[in-house]
Amino acid sequence: MSQTALLSIKGITKAYPGVVANSDVSFDILPGEVHALLGENGAGKSTLVKMIYGLVRPDSGTMEMNGTPYTPTEPRAARASGVAMVFQHFSLFEALNVAENISLGMENPPAQRDLARQIREVSEAYGLPLDPDRLVGDLSAGERQRVEIIRCLLQDPKLLVMDEPTSVLTPQEVEILFHTLRKLSSEGTSILYISHKLEEIRALCDEATILRLGKVVGKCTPRDTSAAEMAEMMVGKSLASPARVNADMGEVVLKVAGLSVEPATPFGTPLRHVGIELHAGEVLGIGGVAGNGQDELLAALSGEVTTAPGTVVLNRVPIGDTGPNDRRALGLLCAPEERLGHAAAPDMSLIENALLTARQRKGLDRSGFVDWRATRAYAEEVIQAFDVRTPGPDNAARALSGGNLQKFVIGREILQDPKVLVVNQPTWGVDASAAAAIRQAILDLAGQGAGVIVISQDLDELLEVADNFCALNEGRLSNLRATKGLTMETIGLMLGGAHDMHDLDEEALHADA
Amino acid sequence: MLTLEKRPTPSRGWTLATPVLAVVLTMIAGGLMFALLGKNPVEAIRIIFWDPVFNTQFASYTRPQLLVKAGPLILIAIGLSLGFRAGIWNIGAEGQYIMGAIAGAGFGLAFYPSDSPLIFPGMIVAGALGGWAWAMIPAILKTRFRTNEILVSLLLVYVAEKILASAATKFLRNPEGHGFPGSRNLARIDSMNNPELISGTGMHWGVVLAFIAVIAAYVLLNRHLLGYQIKLAGQAPRAARFAGVNPNRLVVMCLGASGALAGLAGLFEVTGPAGQISIDFNVGYGFTAIIVAFLGRLHPIGILLAGLIMALTYIGGELAQLMLQIPAPAIQAFQGMLLFFLLALDVLSNYRIRIKSEGVA
Repeated sequence: MSQTALLSIKGITKAYPGVVANSDVSFDILPGEVHALLGENGAGKSTLVKMIYGLVRPDSGTMEMNGTPYTPTEPRAARASGVAMVFQHFSLFEALNVAENISLGMENPPAQRDLARQIREVSEAYGLPLDPDRLVGDLSAGERQRVEIIRCLLQDPKLLVMDEPTSVLTPQEVEILFHTLRKLSSEGTSILYISHKLEEIRALCDEATILRLGKVVGKCTPRDTSAAEMAEMMVGKSLASPARVNADMGEVVLKVAGLSVEPATPFGTPLRHVGIELHAGEVLGIGGVAGNGQDELLAALSGEVTTAPGTVVLNRVPIGDTGPNDRRALGLLCAPEERLGHAAAPDMSLIENALLTARQRKGLDRSGFVDWRATRAYAEEVIQAFDVRTPGPDNAARALSGGNLQKFVIGREILQDPKVLVVNQPTWGVDASAAAAIRQAILDLAGQGAGVIVISQDLDELLEVADNFCALNEGRLSNLRATKGLTMETIGLMLGGAHDMHDLDEEALHADA
Repeated sequence: MLTLEKRPTPSRGWTLATPVLAVVLTMIAGGLMFALLGKNPVEAIRIIFWDPVFNTQFASYTRPQLLVKAGPLILIAIGLSLGFRAGIWNIGAEGQYIMGAIAGAGFGLAFYPSDSPLIFPGMIVAGALGGWAWAMIPAILKTRFRTNEILVSLLLVYVAEKILASAATKFLRNPEGHGFPGSRNLARIDSMNNPELISGTGMHWGVVLAFIAVIAAYVLLNRHLLGYQIKLAGQAPRAARFAGVNPNRLVVMCLGASGALAGLAGLFEVTGPAGQISIDFNVGYGFTAIIVAFLGRLHPIGILLAGLIMALTYIGGELAQLMLQIPAPAIQAFQGMLLFFLLALDVLSNYRIRIKSEGVA
């Protein structure tokens, strides 16, 4: 290699009890390079970047920064060496404004007015418009991410680490982000880009290191490698895409009309006149950037939030004013996004978690007394049918990996033979093979004549499973479009995205010119 | 370097072992404290834990006290544990205990001197209702106006104490008591008496009810949907709502149950061991029961054992004060240690300790 590496990682190993998160990982990041770190959930990407950012210390192996040993003991030391990181989950205070949030993360924050000026300068220079005086609670997910990025850029980093940055963005926002990242890279900032989205990596990155089960299993130049090849390296086998069993759409099974819900918290999203007509055998995809009313919509459909009777009608029965269990009894089942704490109780066993939603339809109680034997049998049935990897149904839900718990949650609903199933983010944070299994199960369910609503931020997923598509934006649902023939551009426009989307488009265009 | 590591599933072994270990550590640390006070630690520990039950000289007096003291503690703690499991914090059992006693005694005395066999059952119902009604105040304020049940229930204790003082000196005062405060002695009125059922054991109807409550709570929590919902609401409130649990209904039910049980404890106390409504009728069972509930890990069987241990340290502590002149604050510190060690060791059931070598190889 002709150029000296900015950051050189040599033989890093890190073990946690029971798992080796990283085993003898080595790679170099050159100055100005956009380097992809690619791997499934649990491949060890996060552990590795935590070590680079000083949050975790390696068991063995060394890191070198510009040829000198680099051993950050805490994030502050990493920042002092020029490493900045944008996390997947934002750490922002909703009740504070942008400048206040940014100053909270700085070692020696300047006066608010100077900082606001700096924020404006940086945000203009990198095409990331952001008003320092706005409350973070009012910002879209994409804008919140900009706050985090600008917080990093103000430190003038040499290496910017980005952990799954696009999972919350619309296609247009992704373009803007890539534009910024390319500009940074052209100025000599290296970027370590963590993702499992292959097309993005092909569009953005110069080099890629692929991790599987904590080991480096391959390196490639993404531009010259096909997505399928990278996927194979990442998963270790080729994946079949879900196949749709052809089913004709039947009658309308779920009708939502004029559904408006005020948010429970000041920063929640109100639902405004949402209307849905779901047919038997149909998979309806609802896309949208996080925080546009997905949770509220699921709560209104599950019965956690009740409305006027006629706003939600299941098989001609008005159920808008009924609670979750009445709706379950009629065949409307839901799987919320948050697995731990909402779809499942973390400290309870899988048996107890099976009882959580399956009591009515599976008859798991006799006049109030729980039939634990039947409940255990049902939990075992779910574990078996959905290939949930766990030592047994007595294990606590929190002991399962995200993908396995998600398979359990989805399986628990599907095996109850729902008339209508509503799932929110069914494969979020789930590894590729589990995601494929879950999508297949959703398609199979629709094939058997149930109506399915898939709420997701993963547009590829929606295009793969949904017959029809509509977008949720600030609590409003767009018109329905057949998924067939939809382009990413059309979808992006439907999603609406950030509040100042249109200005952004123009700016991006000008900057390109 | 020692580090704590979260266990994927709580350790069953440690959950059972920590209470025993806590008692042992309390004995060691308490023994040290007694030694520093210049008392013989072994003798002090023996007097606290052994003599109340097995001493040939005075165990015949102290042994019945064990059930007399443990009964109300267990009864109240069982009720509290249901709410605590659901994340509903009734801190005011002392007040509900007082109001149960006043309501029950008031019902009985209203019919004085009738000797109808229905009087005592009626008093039991009135006692339960008194405690229940007092607990409904924080329950309704919480469900209607989102007030904090911890504050409301606690402050109502002091209101109840004022009502108790008023009852003892005014509306329930013994008209034949020569102006002394305090009601008629219910224990001496046949139709209102809660007698010792088996002589020399301290067993009375309240103790019987406490044992029944232990069994009922066990069945409720392990077999019944309501118990499942209580646990679910405490562990994962959002999942509970998803499972169709109505949080307001749960608040009313849990506060109601703990209030009614505390009221019953008060009723059985006033008709039995205490005998009458007096200004200093309440001796802190309602507050100690909170400790008992946690000492027993909010588990019915645990509460049964914790109530007995707690009663033992009370009786033994008094004995140690009497026989070794150990100061009362030292005894309270000793009881505090028990709670401290139990809560401190609690971490072991959810975490494991690992010894890690420092530095990077």
